[in-house]
Amino acid sequence: MEAEAARLIGAGLATIALAGVGVGIGNIFGSFVSGALRNPAAAPKVFGNVLLGFALTEAIALFALLIAFLLLFAV
Amino acid sequence: MEEQNPESLAGAESHGAEAGHGGAEAAHGGHSPLSVFEIERVIPMHIGGIDVSITNSAIYMIIAVLAITLFLTVGMRGRALVPGRWQSMAELSYEFIAKMVRDNAGSEGRKYFPFIFTLFMFILFANLIGMIPFSFTVTSHIIVTFALAAVVFLGVTAIGFIRHGASFLKLFVPSGVPIFLLPLMVVIELLSYLTRPVSLSLRLFANMMAGHTMLEVFGGFVIALGILGGWAPLAFIVALTGLEVGIAMLQAYVFTILTCIYLNDALHPHH
Repeated sequence: MEAEAARLIGAGLATIALAGVGVGIGNIFGSFVSGALRNPAAAPKVFGNVLLGFALTEAIALFALLIAFLLLFAV
Repeated sequence: MEEQNPESLAGAESHGAEAGHGGAEAAHGGHSPLSVFEIERVIPMHIGGIDVSITNSAIYMIIAVLAITLFLTVGMRGRALVPGRWQSMAELSYEFIAKMVRDNAGSEGRKYFPFIFTLFMFILFANLIGMIPFSFTVTSHIIVTFALAAVVFLGVTAIGFIRHGASFLKLFVPSGVPIFLLPLMVVIELLSYLTRPVSLSLRLFANMMAGHTMLEVFGGFVIALGILGGWAPLAFIVALTGLEVGIAMLQAYVFTILTCIYLNDALHPHH
C-alpha cells in the first residue's frame, strides 16, 4: 500500500499552505485595525476592500483544501 | 496506476467502514462527507442520445430563479414612494449592484448592469438556498461555476476586442516597465489573464464545497460523541452555519465585484 501512504502524506502536506494563508489573513485584518485606529473616519470606506482581500486570500486556502480532497477521494 | 484505482478506493472505503465501528470516525463511516454533492436524476430524459435529465441540481437552479423572480416582482409590486420591508430589500440589492458597477466600471459599465445584477442574484440565491438543511447547493459543482466564469471571461474579452480592436492587446503591455523586462511581463500578464476564469470559478466552487463538507464532518462528530459530548460540536456547527451564510453572501459579492473589475479592464484597457 505504498501509493495509499503517499496519498495520505500528500494530503497532509497540502495543508502546509495554511501557514501562508494565516499570515495573509492576519496581515489584512491587522493592517485594517491599525489603520482604523489611526483614522477611524476612513475605516468604513475600506471595509469592503478588507472583505474582498479576505475572500481572495481565503480562496488560496481552499485551493490547498481542494488538492487535499482530490488526493483523498479522487486520485 | 489507473488500474489500481478502483482497488485502492474500495480498500479505503472498507477501511473507513471498519473504523466507523470504533465510533470516533463515524463521519467517514457509512458514507463519505462528499455524498451531499451527489447529483441524482429526478426525471430521466434523453433527446437524441444526449442526457438532458432534470437532476436535483437543475431543480434547485429553477427554484433559485423562481425565488429571485418572486422576491423582485412581489417586492416591487406596491411601488410605494416610501418602501415597505420587501420593497426596500429589493431596492437595496438593486442599489448595491448599481453602485458597484458605477464605482468599478464607470458610467460605460451601466450598459452591462442587467447581466451583472442577474449574475449576483443567481449566485446569492443559489448559495443561500444551499444553506437550507437537506437542500442542494448548485454552486458546489465546478461545472456550474465554471460555466458562469467562462461566460464572464468570453463576454469580457469579446467586449474588449469589439470596443478597442487590436489595441485591446495593450492591456498585456504594462506601462513604465524597463524594456528588457517587457517580454517576461507580457507573458506573466497574459497568463494571469488566461487563468481568470479558472480562479474565478474555483474560488466560488471551493468555498461552497469546503463549507458544506466542514458542516457535514462536524455533524458526524455530533453523532459520534453522542448525547453527552455532542453539544460542543453542535454549538460549533451553529456558529459555522452563521459563518457559512456570511460566506455565501461574501462569495456572491466577490464573484460580482471581480466581474466588474474584469469588465473595467475591457472597457478601459489603458488604465
